[in-house]
Amino acid sequence: MTDLALDVRGLTVRLPAGADRAHAVEEVSIQVRRGEIVCIVGESGSGKSVTAFTVMGLLPKGDLVPTAGEVLLEGEDVLKAAPARLRELRGTRMAMIFQEPMTALNPVVTVGDQIDEVLRIHTSLGPAERRAKALDIMGAIRLPDPERIYASYPHQLSGGQRQRIMIAAAMVLDPHLLIADEPTTALDVTTQAQILALIRDLQARRGTGVLFITHDFGVVAEIADRVVVMQRGRVVEEGPAEEVLRRPRHDYTRMLIGAVPGLDPEPREPVAGPVALETQALDKTYGAGGLFGRGRVVRAATDVHLQVRRGETLGIVGESGSGKTTVARCIARLVDPTSGAIRLGDVDIARLPERRLRPHRRRVQIVFQDPYRSLNPRRTVGASVIEGPMNFGLARDAALARARQLMELVGLSPDALERYPHQFSGGQRQRIAIARALAMEPEILIADEAVSALDVSVQAQVLDLLDDVKRRFDLALLFITHDLRVAAQICDRIMVMERGLVVEAGPTHRVFTAPEHPYTRALLAAAPGRGFGFGRAA
Amino acid sequence: MLLLVLRRVLATVPVMAVVALVVFLMIRLTPGDPAAVLAGDNATLDQIQRIRANLGLDEPLWHQFAAWVGQLARGDLGTSIFTQLPVTTLIGQRVEPTLMLALTTMVFSILVAVPLGVLAAWKAGTWIDRLIMVVAVVAFSFPVFVLGYLLVYQFGISLRWLPTQGYRSPFADPWGFVRHMTLPALALSSIYIALITRITRASVLEVLGEDYIRTARAKGQTEAKVLFRHALGNAAVPIVTIVGIGVALLIGGAVVTETVFNIPGLGRLVVDAILRRDYPIIQGLILVFSLVYILINLLIDIAYTALDPRIRY
Repeated sequence: MTDLALDVRGLTVRLPAGADRAHAVEEVSIQVRRGEIVCIVGESGSGKSVTAFTVMGLLPKGDLVPTAGEVLLEGEDVLKAAPARLRELRGTRMAMIFQEPMTALNPVVTVGDQIDEVLRIHTSLGPAERRAKALDIMGAIRLPDPERIYASYPHQLSGGQRQRIMIAAAMVLDPHLLIADEPTTALDVTTQAQILALIRDLQARRGTGVLFITHDFGVVAEIADRVVVMQRGRVVEEGPAEEVLRRPRHDYTRMLIGAVPGLDPEPREPVAGPVALETQALDKTYGAGGLFGRGRVVRAATDVHLQVRRGETLGIVGESGSGKTTVARCIARLVDPTSGAIRLGDVDIARLPERRLRPHRRRVQIVFQDPYRSLNPRRTVGASVIEGPMNFGLARDAALARARQLMELVGLSPDALERYPHQFSGGQRQRIAIARALAMEPEILIADEAVSALDVSVQAQVLDLLDDVKRRFDLALLFITHDLRVAAQICDRIMVMERGLVVEAGPTHRVFTAPEHPYTRALLAAAPGRGFGFGRAA
Repeated sequence: MLLLVLRRVLATVPVMAVVALVVFLMIRLTPGDPAAVLAGDNATLDQIQRIRANLGLDEPLWHQFAAWVGQLARGDLGTSIFTQLPVTTLIGQRVEPTLMLALTTMVFSILVAVPLGVLAAWKAGTWIDRLIMVVAVVAFSFPVFVLGYLLVYQFGISLRWLPTQGYRSPFADPWGFVRHMTLPALALSSIYIALITRITRASVLEVLGEDYIRTARAKGQTEAKVLFRHALGNAAVPIVTIVGIGVALLIGGAVVTETVFNIPGLGRLVVDAILRRDYPIIQGLILVFSLVYILINLLIDIAYTALDPRIRY
């Protein structure tokens, strides 16, 4: 009996005709031993997920076809397995957890039932035994009050709890191979740390082989025994985690590791420009009252004071539900603040009625998180970029001329204006979104998780671009992020929010080197790969 | 839930009041005079005038309206001008065939259309999918009366398999009911089968792209259970919406079918009443139909909460 849980040999998967390359993965060989965590690292399009889905036999029908190689699950080639045999193997010998715990669970079935389902499919246990087994695994993944959660629906649980349920369903029959496809990417940093610890712990105790897919070298540093680096469908480097992280041999690996921002920012000179934006005692409460006073009241932001000078970058850092996005939306008056003041220069816009607010709207512009959804797919890029300036009276020709200049400024060709958003990559779209914001000649630019959806190498480029336009146009930049590394790299000052409150604020260097509030310390402690010291080597 | 029902029942009152007013005015603004119909072709103006006075039709409109609303408040829909029978009795006599026709049609449509829609979604893009969709378009485009007469000709006249006219109550004569109901239900259901198939296909297809479908497959679940348990369960809300609207439309849509197959239902009652300007029957029926619509909408909303735990009122 071999101790190899998974042995992928020379796997090639064909892409449909008309794709940008012939094969999604090409001659990929990966081994996972029992009790070992192997990380596949790569950016989008590297073929890491395709590899994982091939192992599970979950490739979309017809589009992606394995054409060469074998995928040996404890010696048995799953590529040759009949559909019925493949179903037998899934859930028993190999199991998988996914990126989005929000959507990976069926919303209309209780989570207990979804764990139970695995047992119903693969065992002949009676209802009572199955329930006992499900509750047992729910205890093992440290879910509080398993009985209550067993009967809950996914929407009643937090993201971390949902991912635990996914892990429970995957591990309930003790598979020898667990495939984890970016399982912590959608989670908050403190939750991510818990889930990583849980996977590590379960895997060690049960001797599971784990194939862990991630784009995040911080996570790799945290969890991997061995690392496989993939680029454009090929394995470019592989080896023990220490080895690959400390002494990367391939240029691509070096670039990826180098692009990870460090957590120990240099001290920065305080910015002395005029104050462009100031909020005082800003409050936002959702769902106040209701007709019968039944509505749940959520204080999304409480007593927020902030100040951003021209030429300065203020970072608002926090986890989901911290209120950071609410603050940004209040400042842009996309939502109306409940109370407090928002001063742009010497005008308080917090309570201005829409008619009088309008002239001030152009002064604050936002770049949103998801470049796939923030541009209207049915309008050309040009139409999206010039719409704002034309609303404010600029002639079409003048607006187009300016749009062309902006395209070059953000590193795109001016003829991009005639194309549609879907013809661009995520990074390019985010450049377009920045150009669109700049077209309004704003004084204040808000970047709301603007680089969170991007690959790390692209992320670095877009951060540079943001920094560059800030200097060039002397903008006040409000940078909202959950990612401490990104904040460390770009921000002059940092504000940490937790549950609607600002718990700490100060110069970036000080907040990172000498955090005062326990929550800030917890955030920093949870940042994956903090012990590794990214950003120094490169 | 109880609160929802209570609020919706309360909301019914103003809705019904508006319906009552509109119906009352619309009927009286339409040209035609029941007294003239009642008096016959050779009546003199004087005779017609006397009949009008007897029926209270010469009184001011608001007076007539107030009298009618007064009746309604006592649960009385009035008396037919022609048969002199209470409208509630007339409706009571005719309600069973219509209800049975609607019910049979809907059950049959759902049983055929939902599996067809799921199959089409599962086989999306293949010839099976395309075949089902072509059939659906054709079925949708066929007027009920054309299909009705075709069925009558084929199965009633040529093959002599089934009766083509009339109605039997399932409580008195179950086999007779099935034989009499088959052709009308078939004719009437073609449109609903087409509609529900398309909706089922579209909403299952959308759900099949969701992550939890992949999760179910990753657990080793069989394709049939993935489709019917995970996909259909999540696709149910739009399907139920269409079914509900379908039931509501069916009650009205049964008119043509009842005429073709000579079924003594509400559809026939309303047509006859309109032709004779029998105001109380028309008013009463429209009120009843409105009430049914409101009730079905309430049932749909309640069904949502049963189908999707995220929906709460």
